Amino acid sequence: MASERMEQLVRTEYKQGFYTDIESDTLPPGLNEEVIRHISMKKQEPEWLLAWRLEAYRHWLTMQEPHHWAHLEYPRVDYQSISYYSAPKSKKDGPKSLDEVDPKLLETYEKLGIPLHERAALAGVAVDVVFDSVSVTTTFKEKLAEAGVIFCSISEAVREHPELVRQYLGTVVPREDNFFAALNSAVFTDGSFVYVPKGVTCPMELSTYFRINQANTGQFERTLIVCAEGAQVSYLEGCTAPQRDENQLHAAVVELVALDDANIKYSTVQNWYPGDEEGKGGIYNFVTKRGECRGDRAKISWTQVETGSAVTWKYPSCVLRGRDSVGEFYSVAVTNHHQQADTGTKMIHIGAGSRSTIISKGISAGRSQQTYRGLVKVLAGAQGARNFTQCDSLLIGDQCGAHTFPYQEIANSSAQVEHEATTSKIGEDQLFYCQQRGISEEDAVNMIVNGFCKDVFKELPMEFAVEAEALLNVSLEGAVG
Amino acid sequence: MLEIQDLHVRVDDKPILKGLNLHLGAGEVHAIMGPNGAGKSTLSAVLAGREGYEITSGSVQYQGQDLLAMSVEERACAGVMLGFQYPVEIPGVKNVYLLKAALNAQRKARGEAEIDAPSFMKLVREHLAFMKMDNSFLHRAVNEGFSGGEKKRNEILQMLILQPHLAILDEIDSGLDIDALKIVAEGVNSLRSASRSMLMITHYQRLLDYIVPDHIHVLADGQIIKSGDKGLALELEARGYDWLLEDAG
Repeated sequence: MASERMEQLVRTEYKQGFYTDIESDTLPPGLNEEVIRHISMKKQEPEWLLAWRLEAYRHWLTMQEPHHWAHLEYPRVDYQSISYYSAPKSKKDGPKSLDEVDPKLLETYEKLGIPLHERAALAGVAVDVVFDSVSVTTTFKEKLAEAGVIFCSISEAVREHPELVRQYLGTVVPREDNFFAALNSAVFTDGSFVYVPKGVTCPMELSTYFRINQANTGQFERTLIVCAEGAQVSYLEGCTAPQRDENQLHAAVVELVALDDANIKYSTVQNWYPGDEEGKGGIYNFVTKRGECRGDRAKISWTQVETGSAVTWKYPSCVLRGRDSVGEFYSVAVTNHHQQADTGTKMIHIGAGSRSTIISKGISAGRSQQTYRGLVKVLAGAQGARNFTQCDSLLIGDQCGAHTFPYQEIANSSAQVEHEATTSKIGEDQLFYCQQRGISEEDAVNMIVNGFCKDVFKELPMEFAVEAEALLNVSLEGAVG
Repeated sequence: MLEIQDLHVRVDDKPILKGLNLHLGAGEVHAIMGPNGAGKSTLSAVLAGREGYEITSGSVQYQGQDLLAMSVEERACAGVMLGFQYPVEIPGVKNVYLLKAALNAQRKARGEAEIDAPSFMKLVREHLAFMKMDNSFLHRAVNEGFSGGEKKRNEILQMLILQPHLAILDEIDSGLDIDALKIVAEGVNSLRSASRSMLMITHYQRLLDYIVPDHIHVLADGQIIKSGDKGLALELEARGYDWLLEDAG
């Protein structure tokens, strides 16, 4: 029904809005050392970064694509069929104005409450035709520069701030960390870099939206955020509008570093194309996200709302190295139709007095399969460490699955670790109760699901929370009945 | 208001209602009593439109419409409201939010505009005080952690706000202590009017001391085997159901 319509849209749009002209600057498919040298040269990178990439690549060659442990099924990816570099795409072939955009797509944006000026950019309209993005971006950049905050693409950071990038890159997610992290380290071409200097509170929430012109969703994004002593930043990634991309494989790496008393809040709303109702197509999202509270009393908080992608493999984690450092993970994951998600977090307690909170809400509908996989590890030195985990699953219908794999490795007897888990079905009783009060089935489902997710939504920045609720409603359209 | 004719209902191929007839005039309060397993709760579920009940024959007319052809929400919006025996908990959804969504859904069905926030809060606060519930009820999740008495009061609160034409009260007295019963009864009595009918399903005559019905029916083995006025309840209290069952043979 409505969800079918959205998927049709997604496919139509895929053909029209994102038609790519094969430019001369696109590398032919395939991966070898020459390709990596080419990427590095195109990006005008220093010698050390090329060497770093090549080492990652050589290590990657010795690794296996993970298939055995995650609760996921997908065909092996042919890494030689992917093109690893293409010059920034021209938007000349896209629609010239909103009038040329499929009205149904605009209707979806309307439902999601996307501001008018953003709709154009999302629909692939050449943005500067519609509104003066340059002035917005400029005001924005001036304000940040005044505060001393660096916010730019990772490639620009490599050129403009090589010493900072070199100091922190790969220090939270090492190149050899896992198969996809190694691949990303070898070939990353896009992503953001943020540096907030000592004592500075970033004057605004940083959103990838402000980079929308430069940033077509990269296939191998690399994001690095560093908060120096006492600094604070809130970073928003993604958007609620359905995003599609001709690249099936996405393997991003996000690294966060928080020094003494620093505070990083990283919020994600991810709504990539999940494939059609039969489970064909859709994006594979294999991302490594990790933050390190390197300093004392540092705090890192991950909040995510995930509704898209065909296959998701993702565990935003915190390494709590500093004394009394704090890690948080708040997650809502929705899977419908044939989507599969194996997601969760890791909290590694190293510092004494470190604390972590995990609130995970999984909603499965259709024939989807969803797994929560979480690790709480307390090392011997983490005197008085504490963790609280709450992990709830909600099932809609009787053909989906929810699985929970909590791991706890505790090496310090003073640690306090609590785990609560529930699995419930949207009860017919609950639906009937709401309907008997006059509320339609669809509104009742939305109400019950949003109630289920309350604890996570309240952690999102205000405007994101409103969008997230709307997104959930759209994602579950037609899930019942 | 409500005209039930020769209603036959099966659950899992087992006949539960076997030719039930009932007529409720506007403004009348009827009580249905009967032993366990007689089909009392089946009757309330069928009237509200719950799934899982197979209607094999018979008809139900509500305000001249074919009730059985209407969806659950349509019935609710047309003024049929069921006070649940076991009101369900909905975690994370505030009571006040459910109330407002329900009221607005019903107003929308009637072609009325959504109620504005100040008028809504005024309306809710009045009834809340009447039901001796404090404001914190509004911000707690629907029925979550409510005591038995609180759940039933909450059902009546919803009725006071939604103002149904036909209120069906399914064992509204179960699990109530005497003080809660009095409050609930007071709420129900305040809803009595010439344009509103009520169908009370109960196991115990005690409720009928506080909400005095116009008519009493005894439901046994899927049929109404005896009807009378409030005197019948006293007789049932004194003699039990067995003499009636024997009479019905």
